[in-house]
Amino acid sequence: MSAPAQIIVEDVRHHYRPAVGREVLALENVSLQVREREFLALLGPSGCGKSTLLYLIGGFLPIETGKVLVDGRPVAGPGPDRGIVFQNFALFPWKTVRKNVLYGLERQAMRREEREARAQAFIDLVGLTGFEESYPSQLSGGMKQRTAIARTLAFDPHMLLMDEPFGALDAQTRSLMQGELLAIWEKTRKTVIFVTHDVHEAVYLAGRVAVMSARPGRIKTIVDTRFDKADPEVRRTKAFVDKVDEVWNLVRDEAVKALEKRP
Amino acid sequence: MMTYPLFKLLIRHAPLLILAMAWEAASRLHLVSPLALPPLTDVARAWFELVQSGELLSNGLSSLYRAGAGLALAIMAGGALGIFMASSRPVNAMLGPLVELFYPMPKSALIPVTVLWLGFGDGSKILLIFLGCMLPVTIGAYNGARGSDRHLIWSARSMGARRLRMVWDVVVPSALPELLNGVRTALALSFILLVSSELIVARQGFGYLIGYLGANGSYEAMFAVVLTVAFTGFLADRVYQAVVARVLRWRE
Repeated sequence: MSAPAQIIVEDVRHHYRPAVGREVLALENVSLQVREREFLALLGPSGCGKSTLLYLIGGFLPIETGKVLVDGRPVAGPGPDRGIVFQNFALFPWKTVRKNVLYGLERQAMRREEREARAQAFIDLVGLTGFEESYPSQLSGGMKQRTAIARTLAFDPHMLLMDEPFGALDAQTRSLMQGELLAIWEKTRKTVIFVTHDVHEAVYLAGRVAVMSARPGRIKTIVDTRFDKADPEVRRTKAFVDKVDEVWNLVRDEAVKALEKRP
Repeated sequence: MMTYPLFKLLIRHAPLLILAMAWEAASRLHLVSPLALPPLTDVARAWFELVQSGELLSNGLSSLYRAGAGLALAIMAGGALGIFMASSRPVNAMLGPLVELFYPMPKSALIPVTVLWLGFGDGSKILLIFLGCMLPVTIGAYNGARGSDRHLIWSARSMGARRLRMVWDVVVPSALPELLNGVRTALALSFILLVSSELIVARQGFGYLIGYLGANGSYEAMFAVVLTVAFTGFLADRVYQAVVARVLRWRE
């Protein structure tokens, strides 16, 4: 007998309402279950609503139809149980690295020395020792995203919602950050939902990949992608390459559809 | 080593020096009537006399008090109003049209009104400067707050910040660059409103002094006060910009 899923999405529909123009059905009858301590990737072509689904779980957007339950309770807004990391880093530009990482800790009842020590520990963890007093504008893209990850890990959320976190990074930095994220996940074992449109990234990072269809978004299939991630050569094994191919074939049809639907 | 920065300072202020020399020459050589434009050296002498008699200081302090008080009130009320409007749709719907209506109105038209309400003293000037300087700050704060990145707002909320906390921690700093731009406009406006209101009805202040000296034919002294006002305004703007650069040092 297994425990009930930590995150349950049931029959969720959602409309995207632009400031001008007609509303668009972004998600249609999406159902998904994410288990505790699982690393799940949400994969799909751009505009398929994968970020929208993540924002609904995060409580940033109102739920129109369907249900979203986190730890058995319906989502009614954002909360520190669900940490979020955005593609554009979303660091407070007026705060230094240290103050950014401290922000979530200051919202909790915690002694000052404890806060400072904890912030420092997470700055060290992501390799930003020595940059505590730098402002985000003084950092490279990779360093900004490390800061954002440290900030989110520091206040110890039960789960991490990651919205294409490495999408704005160059190829080398992206590859390094993927390795580091896996190492951090091995250490902390938080539930992770990782939104991406990069097949290779999804297969490498996640234990399961939920492939979404082109707009309106639906979960098309869920593919098991468990490998021995500790093996540095895993990405060159035949099993891994075949898995990437298999997922890529599933996504390709949707990417083509998404292109055709583009106005 | 000392000569080089001194030389640079001289070069930077060369246009001012040339202007001063041209002024002096034009008056001394009777190219213009010394009554219309007294020689700069006479103006300088009159300035020292005004300083010695204490007139310049007492009138200046009373002007600075009025401008400072009006501006401080305008920044607080205008900033709060702009951020409030940006954070609440109903508030914006209610107050937005009023702001748009009053923004282009020349505030000097309110001089008689404020005098009618609060009399000849400090109150009417402070009210006028407050009314005239509030809207540029409001509009700056509103535009800045409207431009807040929703990902920053969401980040703060997901880290446990409640709505009011989030507004203070995210919306206010996001609004700051544009708000401070509005304050710079307000600063310039405050000097204009101050001097014009004091010229019309006052018993104290820079504007009063200019009007009084002009009416008595003390043109050297009148020019001395005009130059003092110009320099004070310039200095205030410079100091303000230095403060803003420090406050916004987190930007590139």
